[in-house]
Amino acid sequence: MGMTVVEKILARAAGAKAVRALDIVEPRVDLAMSHENAALVINQFNEIHQGTDREPKPWDPDRIAIIFDHRVPAEGPKTATNQKLIRGFVARHGIAKFHDIRGDLGGICHQILPERGYVRPGFVVVGTDSHTTSHGALGCFAFGIGATEMASVWTLGVALNIEVPPTIKVVVNGRFQEHVGPKDLILHLIGRLTAQGANFRVLEFHGDTIEAMSTSGRLTICNMSVEAGATSGIVPADAETERYLRQEAGVTGSLAPVQPDADAVYEKVIEVDVSRLEPQIACPHTVDNVKPIGEVAGKAVQQIVIGSCTNGRLDDLEIAAGILKGKQVAPGTRMLVFPASGRIYSQALEAGYLQEFMRAGAVVMNSGCGPCLGIHQGALGDEEVALATTNRNFKGRMGNPKSEVYLCSSAVAAASAITGVITDPRSGGR
Amino acid sequence: MGKVVLKLGKDISTDDIYPGRFMATVLPTETPQFCFNDRTEFNAQLKAKAIPAGSVIVADENFGCGSSREQAVSTIRGHELVIVARSIARIFLQNAINLGLNLVICPTIEAQEGDELELVSGGVLNKTSGKEFAAEPLPPARQAIIDAGGLIPYTRKKLLELPAR
Repeated sequence: MGMTVVEKILARAAGAKAVRALDIVEPRVDLAMSHENAALVINQFNEIHQGTDREPKPWDPDRIAIIFDHRVPAEGPKTATNQKLIRGFVARHGIAKFHDIRGDLGGICHQILPERGYVRPGFVVVGTDSHTTSHGALGCFAFGIGATEMASVWTLGVALNIEVPPTIKVVVNGRFQEHVGPKDLILHLIGRLTAQGANFRVLEFHGDTIEAMSTSGRLTICNMSVEAGATSGIVPADAETERYLRQEAGVTGSLAPVQPDADAVYEKVIEVDVSRLEPQIACPHTVDNVKPIGEVAGKAVQQIVIGSCTNGRLDDLEIAAGILKGKQVAPGTRMLVFPASGRIYSQALEAGYLQEFMRAGAVVMNSGCGPCLGIHQGALGDEEVALATTNRNFKGRMGNPKSEVYLCSSAVAAASAITGVITDPRSGGR
Repeated sequence: MGKVVLKLGKDISTDDIYPGRFMATVLPTETPQFCFNDRTEFNAQLKAKAIPAGSVIVADENFGCGSSREQAVSTIRGHELVIVARSIARIFLQNAINLGLNLVICPTIEAQEGDELELVSGGVLNKTSGKEFAAEPLPPARQAIIDAGGLIPYTRKKLLELPAR
């Protein structure tokens, strides 16, 4: 009996010849990522060592990445002090994969990891962030964990008691219509699966559409796999993965892509044909409340957000800038743009996209998680509505439980910024 | 186990349990004040210590979906509440086991606010309705962490089994 990609990765990482779904393994971890919640990880890490004769030293500082993104620059003294504490820990242990609040090195963790070549095919990646699923786009097994579990990984270098997740194979075929893309695909899929349809499972993506998709698009679909409850999403590494890692992330040295066996055992197979897929919108207050755009077009929005680990990459900004070219953000609507990293910010600046946004009336913010998690910039007023390219629309998500968040692609967000109402980008922004 | 003090629907997110705008607060000693913060009446009762330890929150499927924030677990544990849910999202479940939050996965649970629940062998008895509901046992690997008293002592034990670096 063959193995799925994740079974193969876990077998190798656990030193086993083969593993099966629901086996319990202790895989060694190739990369352990945290953001500002490293402050809590440090606290738990110290507690593990308390009362022992062991020094609280992480197992391998080279395999730890810490990226400040959730609240940058700090919104208040508490965050600032936590960031200071983390900087001290980073310096003390020589953690080189540290990305502070900087225009050259900074950005959102789920952009920094692929962009810097920290994640590679076949890796086991854990992160204290639920959207760690993103990195499956590079053919690795990447999943979110809590801060205490991360403290355990920092101590031992392995993830304890991991249940091998069963895999759902998702086969995607067909060519997207213009202004329809990966975000619409994943929203459609979440709508079909529901918010818990993939709980404790992995989504393994295949098909012509995925083969033709850029790493940026693959990051989008793997990122949001968790919104169907998935432990992770994964795209088996291929020529595009290698192109991205070599050309964009500057990775040298050998890569070890992992393919599923031809007779791998899947829990089920889901097929999607995207050729007639319309732009999709996730409506308040759950991500699986997904509707084709025709059912919500015309809804007035006060805030447009383009950015986040889901859709803040250069291609997203290019699409949005193209749609906004020569147009204005509607009066009564504000538009905020958050490039996913400093590098993307610079590229978008050079390409003239940021100039186009400013001219149209949008506000370009520094890269970071921004208003996606309602903690920092861009909170909504009572009864206000946001349309965002982010990944969650839970009640209160954008900082106010009396507001509403709709989720969409950057094409829909840009077309809607012009009209001030949810607008189908296929209608040319009219 | 005690009285049901809050009955919730499905897909209760970590943003509901512990809103993102309080995420700068991380320590388990400080998170309880923001427990279900935007359910203002319930939060006020918690803060007034009007809800006794062992009181129960009953939830439908996929409780704790969303973020990996551990505050969502420590905030509930701080009030010594018990979760009885039809199912629980993966990261929340693992965090709950790691931190020793009292929870029961009870796929068919039926209870109203005010009902008295009791843990019986293999399940939960609703003393008010007289009905009993089977609980889903945790996988042995997760039970091992609970038996050790949480992930911190479990990891500490593993650390001490390693040769000193």
